[in-house]
Amino acid sequence: MDLRLYLAHFVLALVLAPLPLGIIAKVKALFAGRHGKPLLQPYYDIIKLLRKGEVIGEGTTWVFLAGPVIAMASAVAALALLPLGGVSSPFAFQGDFILCAYLLGMGRFATVLAALDTGSPFEGMGASREALFGAIAEPVLFLVFLALIGTASSLGEGALSLSALFNGFPVTAWMHGRPELVLLIFVMGVLLLLENCRIPVDDPTTHLELTMIHEVMVLDHSGPNMAFILYGSAVKLWIFSTLLIGLVIPPLPFPAQAAASLAGTACIACLVGVVESVMARLRMHVVPALVGLAGSVAAFVLILTLVR
Amino acid sequence: MFQYQESIAYDDIPVLPMEELARSVIERCRRSWRVVAFFGVPGREGTELVCILADASSRLLDAVRAVPGKRFESLTPLCPQVHLFEREICETWGVQPVGHPWLKPVRFRPQEGGNRALRPGPAETAYYRVDGPEVHEVAVGPVHAGVIEPGHFRFQCYGENVMHLEIQLGFQHRDVEHLILHSKDNLVLPLMENIAGDTAIGHSTAYCTLVERLCNVQPTRRAHRIRRLALELERLANHTRDLGAIGGDTGFLPTSAWNGRITGDFLNITSELCGSRFGRNLLCPGGVKWDVDSMLGEALAKRVRAAFRDARGSVDVMLESSSVLARLTGTGVVSFEDARALGLVGMAARACGLDTDDRMDWPLSALEQGPLKKHMRTSGDVLARTLIRSDELNDSAASAEADLHFLAATSGEEGCRTPMPSALPAGRLAVAMVEGWRGEICHVGITGKDGRWRAYKVVDPSFHNWSGLAMALRDEQISDFPLCNKSFNLSYCGHDL
Repeated sequence: MDLRLYLAHFVLALVLAPLPLGIIAKVKALFAGRHGKPLLQPYYDIIKLLRKGEVIGEGTTWVFLAGPVIAMASAVAALALLPLGGVSSPFAFQGDFILCAYLLGMGRFATVLAALDTGSPFEGMGASREALFGAIAEPVLFLVFLALIGTASSLGEGALSLSALFNGFPVTAWMHGRPELVLLIFVMGVLLLLENCRIPVDDPTTHLELTMIHEVMVLDHSGPNMAFILYGSAVKLWIFSTLLIGLVIPPLPFPAQAAASLAGTACIACLVGVVESVMARLRMHVVPALVGLAGSVAAFVLILTLVR
Repeated sequence: MFQYQESIAYDDIPVLPMEELARSVIERCRRSWRVVAFFGVPGREGTELVCILADASSRLLDAVRAVPGKRFESLTPLCPQVHLFEREICETWGVQPVGHPWLKPVRFRPQEGGNRALRPGPAETAYYRVDGPEVHEVAVGPVHAGVIEPGHFRFQCYGENVMHLEIQLGFQHRDVEHLILHSKDNLVLPLMENIAGDTAIGHSTAYCTLVERLCNVQPTRRAHRIRRLALELERLANHTRDLGAIGGDTGFLPTSAWNGRITGDFLNITSELCGSRFGRNLLCPGGVKWDVDSMLGEALAKRVRAAFRDARGSVDVMLESSSVLARLTGTGVVSFEDARALGLVGMAARACGLDTDDRMDWPLSALEQGPLKKHMRTSGDVLARTLIRSDELNDSAASAEADLHFLAATSGEEGCRTPMPSALPAGRLAVAMVEGWRGEICHVGITGKDGRWRAYKVVDPSFHNWSGLAMALRDEQISDFPLCNKSFNLSYCGHDL
């Protein structure tokens, strides 16, 4: 029963993944006083790109073509490790958070290699930025995991899998005198913006190659491969939304928790849209400081859980 | 030396030995003088170099000339502000400035069937290059991702830091100065309006003023007022658009979106004056072609007020956002010393603390200044250039509104077009300096014996200020380039002529 329910949620997540991108665009358009493009525009874009031909640079090799596929596949695989709609993943095992983090890392690695494969100075620049920000974001993500694991073990639960940690457990822990976990919401929020290249870290709508991080790496991709990239990044946003929701939604009975997590994903998309509408981008060399702040907050939570 | 409103006989300009000219220019640039134009004029004994110097404190101009032959000792090492003028002279007239530290083409393309080695195309040149492990070069343009004009930018980078930016332009070269000399009379004004499309009023004001000074015709006060109104409307539209674009480049959505609409409001007001959103076909030598009657004046005054209220609100939203201020502060700094040495003009110079605004320094008319003031900042960064635009919005809107009310109230009392003589006086030189929205537009005209143009020199503010942008990028992050570029927002076609 659980397996069938999980598969249903998994398919639902895969189908709905591009929707938050549409919500973000809609919120931004409302702030700017425009009607904006349709809510389903990301779907239209993906369908359009899938039907298009592709231009492949002469200097590129198979690495360039493999990048988008690996990035998308690793994002989908990482999603399969998460608890969805209150149902634990059938693939869950002790320590699967490490696999999840490095599946995302593998996707990033493939994208960076594909960018370097083009030999364009722009893409090299973007690859260097992506690698740097990825490297500083990774320890922060692990600090979040460690803080949750520390809390779980001190509360007498030997939870070491994402399904146990992000399935209503954090809210239960707050209720049992672990309020410091609330701070992790901020940390996950920063990670969500960073990993998904949103303002204030990156500006996904800019046309200025010199300021881009993620977008500049995919400048040479087109057609179906571009669709894979778009879809892969949509799934990645869904993954981080799910992790963030896992920190705020308490364990609820079956349909309620599924509905709550969907509503939560939509809320997060709205919030991202609001942040992008009211904030300017940070200067690029300030971004590590923002991640450092998130990291030190996470470390603080970890210390608090350990000294109890 | 002569008063800036007067014309002088070209033959009265002293012909100095080249060393004497160089000494005079260098010595005066150490004091409060500036080189506003330095160019070649074909003469009987070869190319004559004419240098126009200006001193804002005494409101005096001076013209000196020399006949250097095939080469001369470059002034640039001691007087950097002439560096681009000398490069221009070299490629246009074949007179070589010996010892120029960086003699490269400014804009040339080969003539039909010409020798490519002698006259290379735009950007076909050797580039400054930093070598070493981990140093990399990023080349941008001339074809860009946005819908903008062509320009080639080369960055020498160490990681994210720019050690040096080299800007090569010239792709838009149409040989405007040549066309002016050889066009039919009725085509010259449209040509002026197209030197830089966003400064149509600025350049046509400079041309008309120049012709009036040569012919010694004084337009009516009403004509002057309409011209000032048009110039301030142009400033309002462009400053509003630039502030929105700065918001856009920082990723600040609201101001970027709103200002696009408000810019259109200001352009539409200009189009009510003359039928063109960019102010084409408004001015003519002797005055303006279209008067403002009392009904139009009052209606436009209301629209200026409404558009300004929107612009003010939209810009304030941006300037009150701490994330925007953090992004702008300290980005792309040009020092006072560099700005002075390179001879920057206009808003970019005022942002570095240079006391220059041609509206006050070289007034075009005897009209009272009204609400227009000189706004200066000292930090020289993107924030300073943003705040000066924001301050000038207030003044320009107040001035435009007051002028519209005045024009409406005094409608019909005075004409706005003074008849001009049919030909230009022979053998004279005059200079017109106008503060366009970017900065000083300088036109110099010399008439020949037949009363036609013998030489015509156009100096767009962008000609001076592109090197300011290159300085702003030194030791800056490469990701800040688009923002710095927007904060200057220089013209490619104004530079390329």
